[in-house]
Amino acid sequence: MGHTITEKILLAHTDKDAITPGEFILARVDIALANDVTAPIAIDGFKKIGAREVFDKDKIALVPDHFAPNKDIKSAEQCKIMRDFAHAQDITHFFEVGAMGIEHALLPEQGIVVPGDLVIGADSHTCTYGALGAFSTGVGSTDLAAAMATGLVWLKVPESIDFTLNGTLQKWVCGKDVILFIIGQIGVDGALYKAMEFSGSVIENLGIDDRLTICNMAIEAGGKSGIINPDEVTEAYVKERLPEGKEYTLYTSDDDAMYSEKYEFDLSALDPQVSFPHLPENTHSVTEAADVKVDQVVIGSCTNGRITDLRVAAEIFKGKKVAKGVRTIIFPATQQIYKQALKEGLFEIFVDAGCAVSTPTCGPCLGGHMGILAKGERAIASTNRNFIGRMGHPESEVYLASPAVCAASAVKGSIVHPEEIVR
Amino acid sequence: MKLKGRVHVFGENINTDEIIPARYLNTSDPQELAKHCMEDADKDFMSKMVPGDIIVAGKNFGCGSSREHAPIALKAAKVSLIIAPTFARIFFRNAINIGLPILECKEAAENIKSGDEVEVDLDTGAIQDVTTGRFYNAQKYPEFMKELISEGGLMPWVQKRKQFK
Repeated sequence: MGHTITEKILLAHTDKDAITPGEFILARVDIALANDVTAPIAIDGFKKIGAREVFDKDKIALVPDHFAPNKDIKSAEQCKIMRDFAHAQDITHFFEVGAMGIEHALLPEQGIVVPGDLVIGADSHTCTYGALGAFSTGVGSTDLAAAMATGLVWLKVPESIDFTLNGTLQKWVCGKDVILFIIGQIGVDGALYKAMEFSGSVIENLGIDDRLTICNMAIEAGGKSGIINPDEVTEAYVKERLPEGKEYTLYTSDDDAMYSEKYEFDLSALDPQVSFPHLPENTHSVTEAADVKVDQVVIGSCTNGRITDLRVAAEIFKGKKVAKGVRTIIFPATQQIYKQALKEGLFEIFVDAGCAVSTPTCGPCLGGHMGILAKGERAIASTNRNFIGRMGHPESEVYLASPAVCAASAVKGSIVHPEEIVR
Repeated sequence: MKLKGRVHVFGENINTDEIIPARYLNTSDPQELAKHCMEDADKDFMSKMVPGDIIVAGKNFGCGSSREHAPIALKAAKVSLIIAPTFARIFFRNAINIGLPILECKEAAENIKSGDEVEVDLDTGAIQDVTTGRFYNAQKYPEFMKELISEGGLMPWVQKRKQFK
């Protein structure tokens, strides 16, 4: 019997000869990640057990992105705890404001995560890196404390679900629509405890940015991880940014690997998708959301703040204006993306259209800062969660969609298919 | 270990934003977090609950963010136990890691009502609804998790093995 890519990566990080789904393992960690919200608790735990030195200063990534640039005094203290620890431990991958980006956009971009890696992060969207053929999963701060001290994490080997995605996506339909559709099909706990493996012609034809978006939202279906077998697209992306001396391993699933479930969808006729409040599984075609008025539009986040996301938004905003009464905020996810967008003239298009452009931060995605909703207000966002109160007041609403749908909706002032704005 | 408490029932997919909204995540002080525990699911929860009370909820409790602030807030609020058919996986491991008791039991979660008095034996997973007289059996923990729980959570487990510098 063959094995999935997930089983192969996990096995390679243990001392065992074989592993099977359901089994508990202690696995070696290639990268352990935390942010300004989750690191302080991990650092406290690390110190409490009497650990003096991290297991490997090159294998820890600390990124102040949630409430950074510091939103208030308490956040400043949280960021400082992380900064002081990073300096004291001489952590290689600590990113200060100015170099910082949203963690899950930053780590792949910087070549810190490569195919075959085992990554844990005290952030639920750590599942993003599966797009590179790595096993990556979200954990809590205590797991991270243990990993920073020992280099090990306890894991239950997950069963895998196969999602074969056939057909060709239409214009204005992207990775975000694919994953929102899947979450709508299987529900917010449809992949609970399991690895979601994506394959098929749709995936093969998508670039890394869209693949990162798809794996990023595996957690929104309850998944332990999202993963895509690496191919030429992956290798080209990785080689472009591989730090000197770093190696990667390409694992792929065997044809006779075991899956707990198999889904097959033809996505040729898929419309842009919109998730209605207050669960990501409330997915509908954009046409069903027509005329839903919005007060705010957010384009950014670890899900959709990459350069291709900004390019598609600019394509829509070019020569247009944000509708009166709508606030539109754009968050390039990293400094490199920021610089690239600047170079390509995207910011001029955004500013001319009446959008605000921010420095990288998770900000409003989690209701932190930089775009909080008042009672009764409604946003459409290219982010990942639309839970009650997610972007601000418990009586505000978030609709989730692709950057294209968000940009088009900003222009119209209500949710709309991009083809109605760009003809 | 046995515990007894009054039940507060919540629905399905209670997420970590409801358990502890992100607007309070600029601190990790457990007492501060406890003040806002479950605020966006039931804003009066903290004024209604007394230490030792039990939460019974629908499937996928604790979904969403990995924030350990969620189980920390519940533990500091002195919620003694959470019973649900299933827990989101990061919440599940966080609870085990920090020693917040949780039990998976679909039948109990579907039948126990708010206000019921419930008695639980954490070692056996036996749940008794004292108010109705009904008994339920929770899912057994795998051996490795039993080990973590019996040693007081992940950090004591790591400390005992001393595999660090």
